[in-house]
Amino acid sequence: MTTATLDAPSQARPAKQKVILCEGNEAAALGVALARPDMVAVYPITPQSSLVEHVAKLIADGRMDADIVDAEGEHSVLSVLQGGALAGARTYTATCGPGLAFMFEPYFRTSGMRLPIVMTIVTRDGITPQSVWGGHQDAMTVREVGWVQVYCETVQEVLDTTVMAFKIAEHHDVMLPVNVCLDGNYLSYGTSRVELPEQAEVDAFMGVKDVNWHVALDPLRPMAVDPLTGGSGGKGPSSFVRYRKGQCRGMQNSLRVIEEVHQEWAQRFGRNFAPLVEEYRLDGADYAIMTLGSMTGAAKDAIDEARDAGKRVGLIKLKTFSPFPVEALLKSLRKVRALGVVDRSVGFRWNCGPMYQETMGALYRLARESGSILPSMSFIGGLAGADITVGHFHRVIEATEKLLTGSAPTEPVWLNEKD
Amino acid sequence: MYEVRFHGRGGQGAVTAAAMLASALLEEGKYAVSIPSFGFERRGAPVVSFLRCSDREIRQMTNIYAPDCLICVDPTLAKSVDIFSGLKPGGTLVQATHKPLAEVVLSEAVGVVGLCDAIGIALEVFKRPITNTLMLGAFARTTGVVSLEALKRSLEDSDFRDAGLAQNLIALERGYNETVVHIIERRVAA
Repeated sequence: MTTATLDAPSQARPAKQKVILCEGNEAAALGVALARPDMVAVYPITPQSSLVEHVAKLIADGRMDADIVDAEGEHSVLSVLQGGALAGARTYTATCGPGLAFMFEPYFRTSGMRLPIVMTIVTRDGITPQSVWGGHQDAMTVREVGWVQVYCETVQEVLDTTVMAFKIAEHHDVMLPVNVCLDGNYLSYGTSRVELPEQAEVDAFMGVKDVNWHVALDPLRPMAVDPLTGGSGGKGPSSFVRYRKGQCRGMQNSLRVIEEVHQEWAQRFGRNFAPLVEEYRLDGADYAIMTLGSMTGAAKDAIDEARDAGKRVGLIKLKTFSPFPVEALLKSLRKVRALGVVDRSVGFRWNCGPMYQETMGALYRLARESGSILPSMSFIGGLAGADITVGHFHRVIEATEKLLTGSAPTEPVWLNEKD
Repeated sequence: MYEVRFHGRGGQGAVTAAAMLASALLEEGKYAVSIPSFGFERRGAPVVSFLRCSDREIRQMTNIYAPDCLICVDPTLAKSVDIFSGLKPGGTLVQATHKPLAEVVLSEAVGVVGLCDAIGIALEVFKRPITNTLMLGAFARTTGVVSLEALKRSLEDSDFRDAGLAQNLIALERGYNETVVHIIERRVAA
């Protein structure tokens, strides 16, 4: 990390911040340090490794006061953190791909136990075929396990969102684990200019740090944790349903909390990230393309060029993917007459991208209220480290524009098929 | 937007060089983004890294396919890799070599060439063929996109310490001073 003493650019900032240059993985580690966790557990895996190396260095250098557990595998990593969370600690880890797969049993348990653990997924494509590069397949594969999942567009957003994730997870109306997803390779190793908030300012944002009594075990305040439920008799079914409904309520509550926390972040630090759904040049657009994660930067440049060329196209970006922000997305979808959705992973069951599949649910809601179906199509690109460039997005824009006059293709368009 | 593609071999520091250049550009108040290529990096294998710089915020987090400038930190690489792929017409090549211009591999697109005997200088300074900081000096001399002073400050702020820092500062300065810049005259196609 190198530092420079520059004034923050453009608009006036509520708080003066140091400008640094760092990669996405380091930005995540710095965000973790600012949030002051009590305990982290780690196991390295490409492309997450430099993130946990930065965390370990911050602790070794005395810049982060947390216990670190160098566990023997990802299953142990998350199991150890469950113990920490149940002792009332603020806890953190990061993983991806095969590591997330190995973690699956405690991963499911974490959301069921309502433990507000924050975990970065440095997203990586699924194996096999063998590959060590980025893609959203890992995070998408676990999108139905009750974790809140947010995706970052820039290195700055990685840092800021990592801090915010702790506040969202620990909010008493949420009490759920949160995944901050950052794109393996393009964001994890992408080095960029970042404004680093002051620790005191972040402390004020996070509020008074105390034992989290919503989860902490205490002999003076006994509570049952993870009791045997279910089956078909006694109070089994109703208690199981109570657990699941509680999780669903927490997920729905998180939509409001994510918005509130982003709003407070903007007030304190001057960076205003769309919490759920971002619109870019959508007003006056006839059609839109939809993106997720770091691909969005190139997409915005392509939108600017297309607009300059007279095309009436805009962009919708999801930041929050789980819970799926249906209401916020509907507000954006009502503005356009055709939609192209770009996924960085594969939905095997529907032969389309997973985000497209989820969006079809929102499109059904839209059709019910408007009486007509919004033409849409699925694009899949950027798998296993492949690039999605401005040129690719021009192809997406052209194909989506054709939906206004023609029929929608039933097959997805694979952007890197000839790369 | 000004785009640079670094070519090197694993272990020569092409990825580090891109990050150091980004840091120097940041010192000058510019926006800079660097991204390494992603392969099974191993010592000696061809590697690539990318750098974008601009006066405005940079949104694209992608590889670079039509660079304004190539920095090739290894003298033998152009024989095995098409380093000129996508270079903009009239673009710049900053090449580590001890050869004269007439013996250097060029493409039709190259308009400016900066040549630096980076291996020879590195063997004197480091006793090893590490050319990345030398070639940053050569880049500054050839293009003027970044100042030597900003590069020096970037090195001083980096993880280099003590003797290593002193050696790299010497390498940077010698790279700057000992680079010969050629403008390639080409007939405009009729």
